[in-house]
Amino acid sequence: MQKDPRIETHTIVVAVDNEPGVLARVIGLFAGRGYNIESLTVAETDRAAHTSRITVVTSGTPAVIEQIKAQLGRLVPVHRVVDITTEKPGIEREMALVKVAGTGEKRVEAMRVSQVFRAKALDTSHTSFVFEITGVPAKIDAFIELMRPLGLVEVSRTGIAAISRGPEPM
Amino acid sequence: MDKKKSTATAKAEKQEPATEMTGAEMVIRALKDQGVKHIFGYPGGAVLPIYDSLFQDNELVHVLVRHEQGAVHAAEGYARSTGKPGVVLVTSGPGATNAVTGLTDALMDSVPLVVITGQVATHLIGNDAFQECDTVGITRPCTKHNWLVRDVKDLPRVMHEAFHIATTGRPGPVVVDIPKDVQFKKGVYNGSSAIRHRTYAPRLDPDPEAIRAAVRMMAAAKRPVFYSGGGIINSGPEASRLLRELVRMTGFPITSTLMGLGAFPASDKQWLGPIGMHGTYEANLCANRCDLLIALGSRFDDRVTGRVDAFSPGSKKIHLDIDPSQINKNIRVDLPIIGDAARALRAMIDAWREEKLVADPGIASWWVQIAQWRSKNSLSFKNSTTVIKPQYAIDRLYEATKGKKTFVTTEVGQHQMWAMQRFKFEEPNHWMTSGGLGTMGYGLPAAVGVQMAHPDALVIDIAGEASVQMTMQEMSTAVQYDLPIKIFILNNEYMGMVRQWQELLHGGRYSHSYSEALPDFVKLAEAYGAVGIRATKPDELDAKIAEMIAVKRPVLFDCRVDQKENCYPMIPSGAAHDQMILADSEDEPEVSEEGKMMV
Repeated sequence: MQKDPRIETHTIVVAVDNEPGVLARVIGLFAGRGYNIESLTVAETDRAAHTSRITVVTSGTPAVIEQIKAQLGRLVPVHRVVDITTEKPGIEREMALVKVAGTGEKRVEAMRVSQVFRAKALDTSHTSFVFEITGVPAKIDAFIELMRPLGLVEVSRTGIAAISRGPEPM
Repeated sequence: MDKKKSTATAKAEKQEPATEMTGAEMVIRALKDQGVKHIFGYPGGAVLPIYDSLFQDNELVHVLVRHEQGAVHAAEGYARSTGKPGVVLVTSGPGATNAVTGLTDALMDSVPLVVITGQVATHLIGNDAFQECDTVGITRPCTKHNWLVRDVKDLPRVMHEAFHIATTGRPGPVVVDIPKDVQFKKGVYNGSSAIRHRTYAPRLDPDPEAIRAAVRMMAAAKRPVFYSGGGIINSGPEASRLLRELVRMTGFPITSTLMGLGAFPASDKQWLGPIGMHGTYEANLCANRCDLLIALGSRFDDRVTGRVDAFSPGSKKIHLDIDPSQINKNIRVDLPIIGDAARALRAMIDAWREEKLVADPGIASWWVQIAQWRSKNSLSFKNSTTVIKPQYAIDRLYEATKGKKTFVTTEVGQHQMWAMQRFKFEEPNHWMTSGGLGTMGYGLPAAVGVQMAHPDALVIDIAGEASVQMTMQEMSTAVQYDLPIKIFILNNEYMGMVRQWQELLHGGRYSHSYSEALPDFVKLAEAYGAVGIRATKPDELDAKIAEMIAVKRPVLFDCRVDQKENCYPMIPSGAAHDQMILADSEDEPEVSEEGKMMV
């Protein structure tokens, strides 16, 4: 099937009450209504207020994106739904831990590339590194591709965290 | 507990002194504080403490059903006919899973229900304990919201929140799952106070700008049509009253969805009949040819729209709904209005008056056109002197009940569509049917619920012989509580709508759509301790119907009808509104490959 040219990728931030099952409600909504989840990040962001923030990257036609936001807004424990892609231009970052094993020239090259990407070596042995890299998802993708021939073993990614620009909260 | 919630509780404490009681007692107390009079339920291990509290209470009336699905449908009938929430009490595990069909039905049709389920003790949750199931997990997608109450401290708040969420905004079913140990634990009960939920706040007041824009569009329209839905009925009787006022002051024609029948009187000259797959010719043609479609508390369901890209192609569209997620879901609209139907209708009436608007004189020729469509007489059928036509049976039933305080429920299928087409509803809350989910077996238990709420009314379930067998066991409930419900079965020995579709789409190969080994419904009625009546000939129908109405006991009426009658008019799936099949149509209807995929 050809990809619908109207498909857009949006990053949506959802502020929720941190109550049991709230993540299941959000994920169940996406699964039940056939929406895509490309990335999902969840953590409590205000312990005192008992609220969590869910950042979800999804894709669909503009009408589907509109539906996704409206359906999220309908969930009882949801405080706010903000589309970081259209409503409030924002900053997006993702972190990845990347394990690379190798010796000799490959090992040296992996270290060199990591410096170019400003990745941090968190763990090292004579035959391996674990790098921490932060950036937009595309940068992490590029880093992983460069590491592949240099002995890439394993990747762990956090998914996207996003926040709006300027002094206002979302 | 967060700060705002504790303030709400503090206020409540001021109203009345806090009292210590068990969780089970809290449930009963909260129900009474919420004004509940009737509950529908079935006991079991995990709700015994609540049933014990119920035993010691002498105000709440409990209706013991024969299957939990019946309890939920009964509560739905109760809720739809009163405007009050329906309350259900069932046990854990199978009690909860049996409630799932009713919950889904209520969610689809926006029926306010509070369903209380027992759960195994908190220390057993997750251990595959006897009659354990993940009730909140299973019911999450089929409720508006649900709770597992792990601490008795939270129970009073959750109980009151449950009623608040079920009944406000777009109504819907909620589940409160209460582990058995929480039912035994003692805690402090707090009464209901004005609940201010920190995240849940449905928008009720419409945007005045949108209202003004709407009335101006209405005044400019030359071929307008109102298309109202269940949202008008859910908003309350005031919304129906205001709808009538608005429709009459504009002089526009009005159609309605299956769920919205009764909001506007069917005897009115501006009434077009229902819209959609089995709606009238004039209603569907109006939707197809109008230049302004005003959707009021309706949701552009696929049964209404037919092929979406051919739905009302030349019109501007206004859509009033309390649920923002309904806007632009199926059909793109030009002017959305979010808010409660009654408030929005009142605002529209006021704005129309303030701006001294009048309808465009062009609507006179629109009415001429409508008169032409009406003259097609799309609900006509060929009657018979030898066999009872199902349409004739409903017409006679309607004539016999006209002027009485009559409530009608239905099952799902051809009989439901004929009832929609032929029974004329003048008031809201008198028509209970399963619209969104299409649940066969809805009507009989729903009639039980309606009759509990309206003991003196005439409550009729227009049924099919296949549907009614799905929840037939509730006849026993009707007999136990002396509920004189009338189960009027249009018995054609087929799952008629399935057979009709098999004729249309599958070469008339009637794969498993014949009702074989049917019980003798008259004897079955007698076995339950009810009354059985059978009619097989048109000339005996009136007398038998009169007998059914006169007897003050539950009745199973076996009305033997023409086995091969089909329900027309019909828009075949995947077709547009101007491609209706009429009863006397000569052409073989054609269904596109795409249409065949649709349900």
